Order: sequence, then structure tokens, then C-alpha cells
Amino acid sequence: MSASLDRIAERFTQLLGQTAVPTRPPMPVSVATPAPAASAASPTPSPPGPIQRTDHALKGYDLNVAVSSRQVVLVAEILDQEGFALDAITGVDWLAQGEMEIVYDYFHPTASLRVVVRARVPRAEPDLPTISSVFPGANWHERETHDFFGIRFQGHPNLAPFLLPEDADFHPLRKDYQP
Amino acid sequence: MIAQKETAPTGRSGQSPQETFVLNLGPQHPAAHGVLRVLMTMDGEWITRAEPVIGYIHRMHEKMGENRTWAQFLPNTSRIDYLSAMHYTHAFVGAVERAAKIEVPPRAEYVRVITSELNRISSHLVWWGALLLDLGGFTPILYAFEDREKILDLLEGLCGARLTYCYYRFGGLCNDVDDAFLNGTRKFVQEMRPRLGMYRALVTDNIILRKRLTGTGQISAEMCRKYGATGPVIRGAGVAYDVRTIEPYSVYPQFDFKIPVYPECDSMARYLVRMDEMEQSLRIIEQALDRLPAGPFMGKVPRVLKLPPGDYCYAVEAARGRFMVRIVSDGKDTPYRLKLRTPSFSNLSLYEEASRGMILPDALAMLGSLDLVIPDIDR
Repeated sequence: MSASLDRIAERFTQLLGQTAVPTRPPMPVSVATPAPAASAASPTPSPPGPIQRTDHALKGYDLNVAVSSRQVVLVAEILDQEGFALDAITGVDWLAQGEMEIVYDYFHPTASLRVVVRARVPRAEPDLPTISSVFPGANWHERETHDFFGIRFQGHPNLAPFLLPEDADFHPLRKDYQP
Repeated sequence: MIAQKETAPTGRSGQSPQETFVLNLGPQHPAAHGVLRVLMTMDGEWITRAEPVIGYIHRMHEKMGENRTWAQFLPNTSRIDYLSAMHYTHAFVGAVERAAKIEVPPRAEYVRVITSELNRISSHLVWWGALLLDLGGFTPILYAFEDREKILDLLEGLCGARLTYCYYRFGGLCNDVDDAFLNGTRKFVQEMRPRLGMYRALVTDNIILRKRLTGTGQISAEMCRKYGATGPVIRGAGVAYDVRTIEPYSVYPQFDFKIPVYPECDSMARYLVRMDEMEQSLRIIEQALDRLPAGPFMGKVPRVLKLPPGDYCYAVEAARGRFMVRIVSDGKDTPYRLKLRTPSFSNLSLYEEASRGMILPDALAMLGSLDLVIPDIDR
């Protein structure tokens, strides 16, 4: 079981090491995507270092991975190959830092392994790609996160209001939301 | 149900017109178990697309959580999945206890296990009765509610509530168990065993039920994984995923019980998983009663509870599957963010894919075999 955790941690190290280098020079499009540094060096709540082992007894998960918004699909693909299941997707509004955090929870159906993946996007332009092509279950979770936080999942098939009324144009879990 | 005709101009061949119609099931329909609405595009009696429309009972528990102290959110936890209230409270107090490093006395943990398992049986009894109502059998729910009533009476004696218990507190319980509860629970365990045998003889082994559920409503293990479906749905697909054993919490590792697994992936497999689970819950209750330690039922908890900054998760096996609370604290006495990951939400999300190409009665039987609680989906 710990061997499996080792392997996943290693694959993430490879991914985060590899993609961090080539994405800088070419990057032809997307002004909206934030600098990778924004997520790696996130302030207070998530401690530094993109890949962290955590104690399940203290936190409720085993591995904590901070990625840039462009890497969420690659990370989802790795976890899919390793047999993980999608637990939940949600957001956290860090108003003071001007950022939105998107949290992906994964569990393993046959092993006691819990992985948390986080990405941060600027509050002004909360865009990041959908992972619903990898995990179809992400469709509903992303729709809900769009409802509550206004995070726009690029490539999502349908971001219409889901739990909120069908004409809702507000995002109630944003910290500056006034009813 | 309102049917609305929708005529496509011509079929792909350009010769025969392809005719489908939209069947609106719910939000007020007996088979929808609450305010679930399913928009079904039908080709005759076959479903080409069934899209669940949810949110009719959305109350935004997560926002409520941000506006009250940690303890003030406790009553909300009984009102998300009202049939599985004990488990939900367990997950929330577990998350807070994990964050604040509160120690729970063993007696409290044992009582939590006993009451959680009683709650699991009462929840499964409601599912059992309701599913058979969906299938046209009226009698079983009367039997199920007779047994369920005994559980509700026992739990009412403990905490005063019959459904929204709110019985656990950070660090323990709101009340210690008394002899009336302990003796009553022992009596219930003894009475329930022959009742389960009777259910098997009357319903489970009934040829009509078998023919109705066997081989229909296929949900594979792979589909469960892709959608995050848990509980009896994934165990009915041959995967022994149960939070009680995979991510052990409370004192569950101290008990000897089996995780019922059926590999058939059909509605019958999910049915059998739940029927076997009731038996296993009785086993757990019996062991916990035998070994119930003496001692305090509350640990030491600070008067004003402030959690250290950071995020903490706690998952439990609720009656419908994995329920997880994710709390984010910024050091204040109220949550910064509170996420509720509910099993019914994920279990329903696969319905559109799983129901494609099924005939309507089988799809409704499958809906019943998912054991949905709509407030649990909408939160």
C-alpha cells in the first residue's frame, strides 16, 4: 500500500518537474491561466512544496498535491490510470489573497489511499480546464462548483445553474456575496 | 407525468421519421422519492436519455455552516440525509475532533457504533419498503416500518428525536446510554434476526422479485469508479469498498464483521448487499453491547472551540455510501469553508449513463435500487 503511495508521489514529481520546464517558453495562448508560481507558493493554509505526504490520522488524507490550473487534467489522468475514483470537487474563496482554490478529492476503491489535488486561480479570472473527460462524474461536481463560486471550467459540456434556481446569476459561497 | 411530443424531421436515412418524446418524471412523483425530477427522452418505451434535474430542495447547508459556530452546525448534520442522521453527525464531529485533537472516551465510541448501526438498519428498512412499493408490492413496507418503529423508539429514548437525532457531541455524546436502551437493543437484535429470515422467505426469494431485478440495471465497477459511486452500489458491483474497513474510523477495527459483496452489478446485487448488511449490523451491535466499556461518555472539550488553521477531512460509511466532511478553518470559532460530500449525489450522477437504452420500468427499479434521499443530493 505504501509502495503504491510512493509510486504516485514519484509520478507527480515527474509530472510537476517535467511540465514546469517546457511550459514557460512556448505558451502561445491563454492569458487567463495564472503563473505556476501562484499555486506552488500559496500563502498560509497550504504549506510550501507542491507534493506533501500527510498523516491520515491528522488530516484525513495521505497525499496533498498543489498544481497549476493547467495541470489538473494531467493529474486526473495519472490518478485515473492508478485506479483512483473521484470523491468530490469544490472550491475555497481566499478573498484576502485574491485567489480561488479548487480542491479535487480522490479516493481509491481498493486501497486506503486519499489524494487531495489543489489548484489556485485568480479571483478575477477563475478559469481552469474541466476534468469531466477523464472522470465523467466530475461533470456534476464542476457544475456545482460553478454554481457556488463562479469558477468557469473550460470545456465543460453544460455549466447552467444546477442546485441554484435556473435563472441564478449569483455565486453564494463567494466571500463577498451579499444576498 | 407529462408527455410532450418532439418530432425530429427525418431519420438518418432520410426515409422514416424518427419520433421521440420527452417524459417528465417528477418533481412530484411517487417513484421519485421526494422532489427528484428526471427528464426522459423516450423512444417508445426505451430511454434514449434520462437527465436528472436536481436542486428543488437545495437549502445550502454549506453556507449555513459558514455563518455559525462549529457546535451550532450540529443540528444541520441530521437534516442532510434524514434517514442516516447518526452517520452524518459522526462525520462532522469526527472532522472537528480530528482538527482540535479532542480525545473521545471509548464508551462514547462504542455507543456511536451501536447507534450508527441501528440507524443503518432503520435506513435500509425504509429503502426496502420503498423499493418494493415502487415495484408494486404494498405489504412489505408495513412489516419494515413495524421493525423500524422499534429502532426509532430506542433512539428516541436516548436523545428525544426520532429522526433528526443530533446525538453526538464534540468529544462524546449528549447523553449516556441507560439500561432501558441497552436491554431494549439486545431484545431488538434477538427479534430482528428471525424477521430478516422471514423477509428472505417472503420477498427476497420470491420469483417475481427475482425476475424483476436480476439482470437489469447494470452498473459496473468501472462506472462506479468514474462517477465516485460508493456504498451498496459499488459493493453490488463486486468491489469491497467500505469506509469502515478501508479508511477505518471510530472503533470499527475492533469488531468482526463481513462486507457483503455481490459481483453481478445488477439491481438484485444491490438489493442483496443491503439485506446482508442488516445482518452484519446486528452482529456489530451485539459485539459492541457485549464489550461496552464503563467510563465517561464525554471527553475534555474547550468551552470556546477554535480549530487550528488548515483543512481536515473525515469520511464515514453512511447507509448510502461514503459521506465526507471537509472543513477549512482559519483559526476562528466558525468554519471558513465546510464541504459536504454526499453519497447520493455521486450515486445519482451515473444514472444518465447507466439508464441509456433501458425500458422505463427497469430504469425505475434501478432508481429504487440506488436508494436515493433527495435532500442528501441537494443539500
